[in-house]
Amino acid sequence: MEFSKLEKDLLAAVADLHTLPQGAINIRKDGQAVLRRSSPNIEVIGKADRPGIDIIVKPGTTNEAVHVPVILTNSGFKDLVYNTFVIGEGADVLVVAGCGIHNQGTGVSRHDGVHEIIVKKGARMRYVEKHYGEGGPDGKRILNPSTVITVEEGAYAEMEMVQIKGVDDTRRTTTAYVYDQGNLKIIEKLLTHGNQEAESEIEINLVGTDSTAQVISRSVAQDGSRQEFKAALIGKERCNGHVECDAIIMGNAQIRSVPELVAESAEAILTHEAAIGKIAGEQLIKLMSLGLTEKEAVDTILSGFLR
Amino acid sequence: MLELRNVSLNLDGTNGAGKEILRNVNLKLERGKLYAITGPNGGGKTSLAKVIMGIYTPSEGQVLLDGEDITCLGITERAHRGIAYGFQQPPRFKGLLVEEIMKIARPNLDTVQLRGYLRDVGLCPEDYLDRDLGPGLSGGEIKRIEVAQLLARNAPVTILDEPEAGVDLWTIQKLISIITKRYKGNSQGIAIVITHNEQFLPVCDEIILLAEGSVQERGTPEQIWPLIRDDIVCKMKGQCGGSVYGVQ
Repeated sequence: MEFSKLEKDLLAAVADLHTLPQGAINIRKDGQAVLRRSSPNIEVIGKADRPGIDIIVKPGTTNEAVHVPVILTNSGFKDLVYNTFVIGEGADVLVVAGCGIHNQGTGVSRHDGVHEIIVKKGARMRYVEKHYGEGGPDGKRILNPSTVITVEEGAYAEMEMVQIKGVDDTRRTTTAYVYDQGNLKIIEKLLTHGNQEAESEIEINLVGTDSTAQVISRSVAQDGSRQEFKAALIGKERCNGHVECDAIIMGNAQIRSVPELVAESAEAILTHEAAIGKIAGEQLIKLMSLGLTEKEAVDTILSGFLR
Repeated sequence: MLELRNVSLNLDGTNGAGKEILRNVNLKLERGKLYAITGPNGGGKTSLAKVIMGIYTPSEGQVLLDGEDITCLGITERAHRGIAYGFQQPPRFKGLLVEEIMKIARPNLDTVQLRGYLRDVGLCPEDYLDRDLGPGLSGGEIKRIEVAQLLARNAPVTILDEPEAGVDLWTIQKLISIITKRYKGNSQGIAIVITHNEQFLPVCDEIILLAEGSVQERGTPEQIWPLIRDDIVCKMKGQCGGSVYGVQ
């Protein structure tokens, strides 16, 4: 499979794919799988009834990764895909997803990803999803992922979701169920600029005893962009959950941050902290006193914050 | 040489009224010397340092570095001219790592030097290089990292604003010896330390006493230390009701 420079750049931006990796992979371009490959331990199978794939990781699989990036290059193309990930008991794997849109035309390019993730007993999964958009000023780039994740007994899942550039409009919903001694960590990093809009709604149900969850959101809103972040932790048993949302606001941007805690057990320990503020003048002055220009200082602060 | 000519500074106080912070300060500071600036709280010490760094622009007067008038230069330009300032209360940065800020302070710093500067301020490099400069660090730790940046920069004009604050007693002695060794008699640089520390003041080449926004006294430690020592003793007696420890 040969990819053009444009396609390679998109794949590098969303999945750090500079060369094609070993192991299981599925690359979806403008609604079609252009490359699909299973590995001995990770099966990638097309769904029979609707667009999308099943990714089945055999129990006990360790030190393997599966890459499932999506790219859109046809202006005006609307893509809808259903993906199911089953991470077998005791496995320990990395899932690299992500969507890159190049829209040079005037249409609305849009990708709606509906994901179901099941991390079986005692398994560990790290999931990385990057969003990236590029192209001319007239086309719109929209990404609306929705994910339902189940973290079974003693399993661990870490989801890192990053959207730094070029996506005009995004609405993300993430719903999670965490069972006994399961542990879920969600890290969201978001930068919006221009007139972009981004919404993220996370609901984590801590349904098992001694389940734990942590949500870390770091976002930067520049220019006239708008962001809304909602995170709800619902503790149904003895559990521990923490939400931390930190935002830097610049220009005429607007940020709304709504953490919610729901305890349905007296043994639930749930906490949240939320902060929105501009870059502190002291921070700029400090970095400038080390020789950076004001712009370099702002860039340094933002890139550290969104690391 | 760093020279302040008739420098005055007014800052907006509460209610928008101008408050006189510095009044007609004249100072000539020479290379090869370690200067201490001391004096009561609110006397203008930190403001004077910020005027030198370009953080505050004086309402009147001039700042000259090696004969060049730098009064109108911004912070970045002054940093490039070789002025470095270690903050009294350094700001925190979520996500920025100790190693990164050290390399911003001195871009060509190699790993051996970087580790050495952290050890100089009493921090174990293994534990700190990839630490984030956010709320996870204590005030004392962030202060030491600030001093390490200044040591790494090795700038021609180095201003340290209470470097000993928040640093434990064992490290203070080491810090004083590093600073004195580096700057006393070093013809390349001028070092200015804002301090109240009774171990630090006597080893500096000169002590400048700043109070109510102007230079009250200036001279060698032999000349100035007896004057301020008595003052410190009086103040401590006043505050603690008579018992004075650590001031001989």
